[in-house]
Amino acid sequence: MTCLTLEDLSVSLGRTQVLSGLDLTVGAGELVGLIGPNGAGKSTLIRAMMGLIPARGRCLLGGDPVASLRPGERARRISYVAQEREIGWPVTVERIVALGRDVYRKAGRALSAHDRAMIESAIAHMDIAALRHRPATDLSGGERARVLIARALAQDTPLMLADEPTAGLDPAHQISLMSMLASLAADGRGVVASLHDLGLAARWCTRLVLLDRGRIVADGAPEAVLTPEVLARVYGVKAHLSHHDGGLIVQPLSLIRPASPDSHAAVAGARG
Amino acid sequence: MSGRSDAIAGRRSEAATGAVKTGAADVAAGDPDTTGRAAVPRDRFWWLIAALVLAVVVLFGVSLLVGPAALGLGESLEALFTGRGDAAVLVMQEIRLPRAILGAMIGATLGLSGAVLQGYLRNPLAEPGLIGVSGSASLGAVLAIYTGLSAQFALALPLMALGGALVAVMAVQAMAGRGGSITLILAGIAVSAFASALTSLALNLSPNPFAALEIVFWMLGSLADRSMVHVQLAAPFMVAGWIMLGSLGRALDALSVGDDTAASMGVNVLRVRNLAVVGTAASVGAATAVAGAIGFVGLVVPHILRPLVGARPSRLLLASALGGAAMLLAADVAVRLVAPDKDLKLGVLTSLVGAPFFLWLIYRTRRNLV
Repeated sequence: MTCLTLEDLSVSLGRTQVLSGLDLTVGAGELVGLIGPNGAGKSTLIRAMMGLIPARGRCLLGGDPVASLRPGERARRISYVAQEREIGWPVTVERIVALGRDVYRKAGRALSAHDRAMIESAIAHMDIAALRHRPATDLSGGERARVLIARALAQDTPLMLADEPTAGLDPAHQISLMSMLASLAADGRGVVASLHDLGLAARWCTRLVLLDRGRIVADGAPEAVLTPEVLARVYGVKAHLSHHDGGLIVQPLSLIRPASPDSHAAVAGARG
Repeated sequence: MSGRSDAIAGRRSEAATGAVKTGAADVAAGDPDTTGRAAVPRDRFWWLIAALVLAVVVLFGVSLLVGPAALGLGESLEALFTGRGDAAVLVMQEIRLPRAILGAMIGATLGLSGAVLQGYLRNPLAEPGLIGVSGSASLGAVLAIYTGLSAQFALALPLMALGGALVAVMAVQAMAGRGGSITLILAGIAVSAFASALTSLALNLSPNPFAALEIVFWMLGSLADRSMVHVQLAAPFMVAGWIMLGSLGRALDALSVGDDTAASMGVNVLRVRNLAVVGTAASVGAATAVAGAIGFVGLVVPHILRPLVGARPSRLLLASALGGAAMLLAADVAVRLVAPDKDLKLGVLTSLVGAPFFLWLIYRTRRNLV
């Protein structure tokens, strides 16, 4: 079953074309890693999938165009973890997680037993039980990230979109987060996570989608996407690739060319 | 009175704890279980609301009983409710009652709009004057005095002030467009600055010193000598504004984790902004139109109450409205008690007390303000 289908999706921000003609399908049970260099359009793609920014082409959510869904209905089908870990007020961690249940709850109603169970499960999954009564503004960056991911988990949707969820987490919490996302997918949900850590992407994702300058340049199993040629062409890095316990290991080692030769040349040209 | 209020609070808290299927016993036993813990703030919240309602009721009563006319308690109440006793009836029904009603309504407006704007902007320094409505409403009133219209037609002043608020909200909305909170703040600053410049120009060019003095005195903010006509004029705008602002509680909760995340939870962020701006303009515009600019209530009240509601923006709305009403009623009683024969202006007192208090609050909470 497909969760999400993009057909010829293009996005322009101002006069810049950020995404051009993307076709992508995310099925139930898939953990799709969205990878690509800085500025490739990963966050824009995730925001466009949510319907947060206007896009041309089609974005279908289980057969319905995302744009046609009422915001409340969409919130019961897609949850989103933003890259910015913003928490505005010193409310308790538990309360932030409970926000995820507000999409089901009528105004003024108390949390149901099911709501509480989902909140507890999200808190347990993200290992934040010890923090639950702390003001969320007092937490470290990594702790905040886990709280905000728990909020999205509590939303209990068939599709989760996460924008760099592992950034700022320690290795243990990176691994537990990826394994949690993998278990969501194993439960029959669709998960799309943008990632910079190619090692985590290779290890945990069922499929990788590589974006470069607003286009999908590779889409498939980690072994098919993360080849020395592709890493050299898109990232400009040389990497050590090997297999361990049946999984792919990727460790970028050195630069093949300056990180962004075009822009370097342009700057040099402008200065000259 | 306190017994009755306690009873209300008791009933409410029972209903509240009943709804989450837990009891006070869990709390007392220090049960670390969530359901037990969750009951604590819920319980405390309704106690806080009950206490604030009690404070508003008591201060409303005190406001009715304080004034230059030496009326006894029995005489005052009789005059108010039965309409017997000539001079006393006039004082109670025509002078003190509208003053107390306006005090409560304006205080609630300032507290509520302050809480909504702080919640929407996620900025504890936001206050109702931020979007330029108070400044522009003041300008409208100043023009009414300057042109002499207010001398010919008493309601010209509040009506022109409302017109000023309307112009401000249209200008702010047009400038902010579909942008976010920063554009709104900048648009508000620009409109405020322009209104302030025009107000200064009116003072600069004022035809005679008496007009200038009247303008200055009006701008200081006061509830003295207001009538039921003022109440009738302001009430529809205020109530409409309260409904718009009061509907935003859950959206403001969601916005505390950022615009995009709130949008992903089904919140229409642009609609929230429009309701916050228009609701503030309607209610604060009407408040300024009948009482002048009264500072610091909308800034300080949400600050004081935020820790007492667990910092939740949705819970702050009702608490802050009640707290604002209580604070303004208290301040309006104070101006009559502190200097009965000096006509101390309400806006002067609120700023005089509010500013040092705010400094102390910043000092105490600067750790969390970052």
